[in-house]
Amino acid sequence: MSARLKILEHALASMARRKQKNFAIIAVYTLTVATLASILFLTQALRNEAANVLLGAPDLVVQRLLAGHHDLIPKQYAEQIAKLPGVGKVTPRVWGYYYDSLKKVNFTLLGVNDASEPPLLAGHLPTSGRQCALGRGIADTYGVEIGDSLVLVDSKNRTLLYEITGLFSHQSSLLTNDLILLPEAELRRFFALPDSQASDLAVQVYNEQEVSTLAKKIKHQLPDTRPIGKMEILHTYDTVFNWRSGIMLTIFSSALIAFCILAWDKATGISAEEKREIGILKAIGWETSDVLLLKFWEGLAVSLSSFLLGTIIAYLHIFFFGAGVLGPVIQGWSVLFPKFDLTPAIDLYQIFALAGLTIIPYIACTVIPSWKNAVTDPDSVMRS
Amino acid sequence: MLLNPGILALLLGCSLAFAMLLYAAWLGLRILSRWDPQSSSEAQLQLERRTYLVSTLTNYAFSFEILSGLLFIFTLEDIHSLFIGAMCATGTLNANQIGWLVLLIKIVLFFTAAIWVHFNRLDQRTEDTPLVRPKYLGLLLLTPLVGLDLLLQYSYFTGLQPEIITSCCGSLFTLGSDSVASELAGLPVEPTMLTFFLAAGIFLILLVLCLSSKLALFRYLLFVASLGLFFVSLAAIVSFISLYIYQMPTHHCPFDMLQANYGFIGYPLYGGLFIGCLYGLLPGLAQLLPKTLSLHIEIEKTERRWLLRAFFAIVIFLLIVAGPILLGPFILLSY
Repeated sequence: MSARLKILEHALASMARRKQKNFAIIAVYTLTVATLASILFLTQALRNEAANVLLGAPDLVVQRLLAGHHDLIPKQYAEQIAKLPGVGKVTPRVWGYYYDSLKKVNFTLLGVNDASEPPLLAGHLPTSGRQCALGRGIADTYGVEIGDSLVLVDSKNRTLLYEITGLFSHQSSLLTNDLILLPEAELRRFFALPDSQASDLAVQVYNEQEVSTLAKKIKHQLPDTRPIGKMEILHTYDTVFNWRSGIMLTIFSSALIAFCILAWDKATGISAEEKREIGILKAIGWETSDVLLLKFWEGLAVSLSSFLLGTIIAYLHIFFFGAGVLGPVIQGWSVLFPKFDLTPAIDLYQIFALAGLTIIPYIACTVIPSWKNAVTDPDSVMRS
Repeated sequence: MLLNPGILALLLGCSLAFAMLLYAAWLGLRILSRWDPQSSSEAQLQLERRTYLVSTLTNYAFSFEILSGLLFIFTLEDIHSLFIGAMCATGTLNANQIGWLVLLIKIVLFFTAAIWVHFNRLDQRTEDTPLVRPKYLGLLLLTPLVGLDLLLQYSYFTGLQPEIITSCCGSLFTLGSDSVASELAGLPVEPTMLTFFLAAGIFLILLVLCLSSKLALFRYLLFVASLGLFFVSLAAIVSFISLYIYQMPTHHCPFDMLQANYGFIGYPLYGGLFIGCLYGLLPGLAQLLPKTLSLHIEIEKTERRWLLRAFFAIVIFLLIVAGPILLGPFILLSY
């Protein structure tokens, strides 16, 4: 065992002697690992985030389709759905989008009519006509606080003033960033919505396993509706993020190939001095297997330091600097996308996948050149 | 379905490993046809140098193949959420039946590749490398298996369709259907438990005998006992070990224990079993190798380490199995 460790010591010492060459390799290697790791970490964090957000979503959302697009749903549909066995509460929801031409951003307006206070809200929910509660993003956009007023232009082009009674905290940003809560009656007036209709229906299902059956029943009884299950949304998120990260990985595979060429080139073109070193080692009694072990240690040292460095850089990039470089590509598009901090989530699987994607190509590229160096004859090297 | 990081890593790694093995096998074939240890010609010297390349290539490729089994399971666990009805790796495997075949090949490759790597190391420590011919024959036999593994993995992953509704472990490892899985789940607990601990006991006794004596017979018996323990343990995991881990009398899944809910206990459990059985097989197999003096000395030197590794791995495995049975609140057998 000690002989092996001695060879490791020698490998590290000889690498330290050729700082420049090894530094170049490690720098490029680290960059490659950091890029791939960023993609993996960001995807995983977003998947977790989506799953956490959807935890509180209704089990089943029923929309009405008219001519192939989303339309208002009559309230009596709710009564019909509530009669199905296994269905809990059916809540008609009223909501809509609002485009602010001044700030050039989109908001979501949601009607509330029950008095229960949601968590993470400072202040209280709007109770009477001209009151509202806001998400952080909107408050920051206008620079308003609780007690100030918000100006909105309704569908009849009247300018309306709303008193801000509540403000959501940063923690709920992913959900509430672009959200404005208004009393339901006020929202109906605002959008000029008929009283007998709602935007969609939130359906509570007692048994999670019955969701798909209930969706089928609803679709059968009310053929102009579109039921969407919570699990369906989760699957879609998972698939989309998986697919996006896969596409990114495929694009960056060209970078990986470039890196492999560099590694191959560096491993093949060793200097005369290095050749001499191997020649001398063999002349003083090192065997080919010892030299191969030396090369193995060198490769391992380069791989592990780059892998560790790259992973740390990716971690910092994603979880401390908000994925500034990659975020827009994987998150998706939006006019007002919340700035949120991702929860660090790394598992062994990602580390393994990452190692498979980076270390193995590197080893595959360097094994033949290092064998070629290891079997050179001492006399032929020293004579040249 | 291909564009998942784990799947990409698996396919990339396995392709590279297969390419390295193909090259190594081609070199091996050339070496086999002209190998003559008595000769001191230039050609023989070149061949001897090439053996180093073959060993290095094969070592790397096989090391990856051994680890790829772990990555395969990781990936299955990760993508199960994409399939409706899947709750663990079982669901992912059921989504496309080839998956079970891949898993089987991965297990076979784990043992054969690890055996090759260990014997190669033995051979390289000797001066006269007496194992060149059997080693390369083994390499030529294993290369197609790795190719098959790659091919099946590819068709498995491309064949996965997220729309497929698969069945979860709860419906596969259940009593009363005709499949092998349900046969295993339906094994009566008490006799299975007895057989399992008997097999483990015999294994450990033989191990101690091998440590204290040089008799070849014990090593052959240990080989048989390792094989026996491996299969008995797999059956026992489905039959009763899983029940104690999940503390539920109906949950027989051998994969759920790899999940975070159960503290990833499955990894040390399977790790102990696989490593223990591997090192239990090695001493018996080493007895079958050509009896040259140099090799004999090397085997004597390393065998003790193999036996100790087998001992500790199996003890860890048994502790994880016995822990919940003896200390857990779950009682399956009434007094």
